[in-house]
Amino acid sequence: MKLFPDYFIIDDLLSNEQKIIRESIREWVNRSVIPIIDKAAQDHVFPKHLIREMGEIGAFGPYIPEKYGGAGLDQISYGIIMTELERGDSGIRSAASVQSSLVMYPIYTFGSEDQKMKYLPRLASGELIGCFGLTEPNHGSDPGGMLTHIEDKGDYFLLNGSKMWITNSPVADIAIVWAKDDNNVVRGLIVEKGMKGFTAPETLKKWSLRASITGELVFDNVEVPKENILPNAQGLKGPLKCLNSARYGISWGVIGAAVDCYNTALKYSLERKQFGKPIASFQLQQKKLAEMITEITKAQLMAWRLGTLKNDDKATPSQISMAKRNNVDMALNIARQSRQILGAMGITGDFPIMRHMMNLESVITYEGTHDIHLLITGLDITGIAAFE
Amino acid sequence: MKILVLISNVPDTTTKIRFTGDNTAFDDSGVQWIINPWDELALTRAVELKEAGGVDKITVANVGEKSTEATLRKALAVGADDAIRIDTTANDAFYVAAQLAEVAKDYDLILAGIEASDYNGNAVGGMLAEMLDFNSVSAVSGIELEESNFKITREVDGGSQVISIGGPLVAIVQKGIAKEPRIPAMRGIMMARKKPLSTKEPVEGVNKTQMISFELPPPKTACKLIDEENANEVITLLHEEAKVL
Repeated sequence: MKLFPDYFIIDDLLSNEQKIIRESIREWVNRSVIPIIDKAAQDHVFPKHLIREMGEIGAFGPYIPEKYGGAGLDQISYGIIMTELERGDSGIRSAASVQSSLVMYPIYTFGSEDQKMKYLPRLASGELIGCFGLTEPNHGSDPGGMLTHIEDKGDYFLLNGSKMWITNSPVADIAIVWAKDDNNVVRGLIVEKGMKGFTAPETLKKWSLRASITGELVFDNVEVPKENILPNAQGLKGPLKCLNSARYGISWGVIGAAVDCYNTALKYSLERKQFGKPIASFQLQQKKLAEMITEITKAQLMAWRLGTLKNDDKATPSQISMAKRNNVDMALNIARQSRQILGAMGITGDFPIMRHMMNLESVITYEGTHDIHLLITGLDITGIAAFE
Repeated sequence: MKILVLISNVPDTTTKIRFTGDNTAFDDSGVQWIINPWDELALTRAVELKEAGGVDKITVANVGEKSTEATLRKALAVGADDAIRIDTTANDAFYVAAQLAEVAKDYDLILAGIEASDYNGNAVGGMLAEMLDFNSVSAVSGIELEESNFKITREVDGGSQVISIGGPLVAIVQKGIAKEPRIPAMRGIMMARKKPLSTKEPVEGVNKTQMISFELPPPKTACKLIDEENANEVITLLHEEAKVL
């Protein structure tokens, strides 16, 4: 059985370089993630040592130019990296998504040359860990209502407020924080660990993304130096552009989780015998498996096409919303169906399915909920916003 | 110090092997190609030696058609500085060694995998050393650079042997030469784009062997699983079906 199903021979659409990239990340995941990930998730511990390893292999900011420590890869390569990481675990992919699309991307896109040189190479190597603060306790799907704000004090900005559900926050060295200024305009700031009044308590007892670390960001009269503001981002467009990049990565990433579940279920169905024959012989099991491979294939094609659009800088936010929503839903359904094929075995840590399923329960609502993404499509085709 | 690593382009080790033309030719349709695993370890060791200092250049060489360039590109991504492809079909070990001899003479150390995972030839490294009149050591599981010599660890029956030998040297390497094959990092893959990969015309040479046919091993018979509680059935089956008891 092939490790990765490729029913429509999408391989032919990839360059040799992209295939080498895939093999590299796949091998790294096999060596460094698969052997430890079940225990990390069971123990609810973030395997922090993987950050340095991901930096070494080049999984952070792969599309950032080499000048700033990236590899200067294209968007399909970035997608391939996300798929392979998420075949390991959505939590590990999330750490890489945040570092790449929500920390390096805004510094690269909206930052000054000094900020780029100061932070990007160290973020690329994994020397620094970053996080991204947009969501607040009372503002999730409605980020424009945020309460976190900055006050211009002449020499510095005084930052107050709090952020919630922040991947990497308790271990992060820097946070990209979105806050409103005196004119009610959303601005981005680079807040560093150790600044007085800045804390990042961990969110405990999660049943999902247990091998990823999540927390809050609390700002109590934090004095942020003026040079830490991102000069080229004004308004919600800034954070939304970051989310587009991250959502694009998710639309690729979840294919990895889906494939891991599908492979496990297919193998199990051929080995597990009931009534004297493999359960793969039964029509209802075949229906599940056949639908899974169909959905995976559709998701692969959608991700690939979106990648080519993104390479040409033509992918629209609505297209990205559609792909994120469709592919995460696809992966979650496949995790659930795969779990049924495995019966009781499917709930144990001997198989990756339940871990993927629980992870995907977060992925389907983070970075824009399943419902909001549908309404973005609705807005795009009717011109009427139904979420306000 | 210049190192040459010989690279064989072989089918992925999980490939389902089929033959065509009445079992006279390997059917390469749909096959994924990789660096021969022993060569990949050799290359990894070469890169480690370069990182430790004392190596100026690592070249990789392959005898094969244009399709093998993807494999050479991967070798460049792992850390080789340049690559040479001798543009001909690699049919026979003597012919391949004769081609490599043309490009290998200027190197201080040549690393060859002890075998290729496709035809299991075990021959090119030794032949090449003979043609070049280089020193040669086989079954090498460790190599260190010393001032004027190479410190070599060899696997011998039941243990290992450490020897010192001068160059130029063909080291025929086996497992242990490097811990794990080096995974190319994203930056290495990008840099490989710009590294030189040159093509050379083959020299005249002879194939000492002629292929007659291939034969697949008999298919494995199905595995029978016996429930724990029916352990006695194993005895019955060994006695009546396998007739070994």
